[in-house]
Amino acid sequence: MRSSTIRTALAAVLATGVAAAAADAAPRKVMPDREYYGVSRMAPLTDKAGDPVNGKVVVRTKGLCLSCHTAPIPEEPDHGDVAPDLAGVGSRLQPPELRMRIADPKVVFPDTIMPSFLKKQGLNRVAAAWEGQTILTPQEIEDVVAYLSTLK
Amino acid sequence: MRKRVVAALAVLTAAALGGKALADPPFDPKDPKMAPYIAGDKRSGYTFAEPETRAMQDDDFTNPGFLWVEEGKKLWGKADGAAGKSCKDCHGDAEKTMKGVGAVYPRFDPHVNGVLLLEQKINQCRTERMQAAEWKWDSKPLNAMTTFVKHQSHGMPVAVQTDGPVAPYFDMGRRLYNERRGLNDVACKHCHEDYWGQHLRTELLSQGMPNGFPQYRLKWQTLGTAQKRIRGCNEEIRAEPYPWGSIENVALELYATWRANGLKVESPAVRK
Ligand code: HEC
Ligand code: HEC
Repeated sequence: MRSSTIRTALAAVLATGVAAAAADAAPRKVMPDREYYGVSRMAPLTDKAGDPVNGKVVVRTKGLCLSCHTAPIPEEPDHGDVAPDLAGVGSRLQPPELRMRIADPKVVFPDTIMPSFLKKQGLNRVAAAWEGQTILTPQEIEDVVAYLSTLK
Repeated sequence: MRKRVVAALAVLTAAALGGKALADPPFDPKDPKMAPYIAGDKRSGYTFAEPETRAMQDDDFTNPGFLWVEEGKKLWGKADGAAGKSCKDCHGDAEKTMKGVGAVYPRFDPHVNGVLLLEQKINQCRTERMQAAEWKWDSKPLNAMTTFVKHQSHGMPVAVQTDGPVAPYFDMGRRLYNERRGLNDVACKHCHEDYWGQHLRTELLSQGMPNGFPQYRLKWQTLGTAQKRIRGCNEEIRAEPYPWGSIENVALELYATWRANGLKVESPAVRK
């Protein structure tokens, strides 16, 4: 790119930069579909009961929960320590509360680092390979809830 | 506040697990050897690195980044392009004329009426003054020249400007730094402001200070720029990374570099 092109491109981009900065106050994201936080959030996400055995597998693998949480899973090394220990979480929280904290923890902790495992709308710049997907399926979340409920 | 609560919980957890906590690299803020890598509350990535990685950086002979410094030094004196000029023909002795330059980039450039990265400034000289072809992003010569020029500011405090014509870029950078992105729906600030010093599995989070770039990264097995690292962080959170040198990635680098103002330039640093 010749520098005259750089100049025009940058001038244009600067103008949008200013506009973007000025538009900061305006809402940038579409609000997510809140259906599952309604009254129904208390209800299971699927008709099939959660499977705690598979739930533990999801916690260790696809859920990447141990990136951040310590948990009573000694066979897996190097748990992260960004988040609270999941040991005993089944006594502290009831299944509906667990479900909500996994499906979209931002409802409870607006500034949390924890991903929303059932969110696909209202996200920003999702990599093309993941566009339109959720991290976990509703059934996987039910399985994780069933597993966490065993951690008394 | 919340961070402190979680941190306290983490400490309790570590205690309860009885020594299961990971052994972190030693860091004593009062150790005089650490003084060059601290500025107030700011800590260079060096202070989060393993002793072996620090030792590798400390010794110019074992620091692989110096291969790029050497290469850049060669290119500095080599004529290229239709104008038949080298960098040296205009700028003379880099040890003198380039001292301090790397510490103030990304910087406002009156020729383009916008903020430029050091890489972009180098390419501006190539196209405008040498009539040579632009070097490609992340190419060996561009990384070598950037590292060579940046290294001339080694030990000088980072001092990027954020006011005047830079302000709109800076505001954009701040917004992007604090904005959730990707399928993981997190922002830069979550990892590098809220949870530095804690772990994502074996990964010890640092404050994300770019004062050592271009840096040799063991995981990459090569040297790379802040642009590459920022794209990498976006990829890790399953976000579409911003293109090299795009206004967004420049604004992010500007904001991240401003956070490191006062820390010393370490280029070429070595990291995990
Ligand atoms: C990137 C980090 C991260 C990941 C990944 C993560 N969490 Fe969390 N989680 C947190 C944090 C941090 C909190 C505490 C709330 C806060 O401060 O934001 C939390 C809170 C929770 C809570 C409430 C705990 C309590 O005692 O109140 C549950 C339950 C939970 N997480 C389950 C999970 C499960 C299950 C997964 C994986 C499917 C998971 N988390 C993945 C960071 C994470
Ligand atoms: C999910 C966590 C996470 C997020 C979000 C994240 N990073 Fe990082 N970042 C890391 C990890 C892990 C490293 C490597 C270890 C370290 O230095 O913290 C790192 C390293 C860096 C470094 C290099 C620090 C050094 O000393 O070499 C910079 C600069 C950086 N990140 C900037 C950013 C920017 C800008 C963003 C947002 C676009 C961002 N990060 C988002 C986890 C994250």
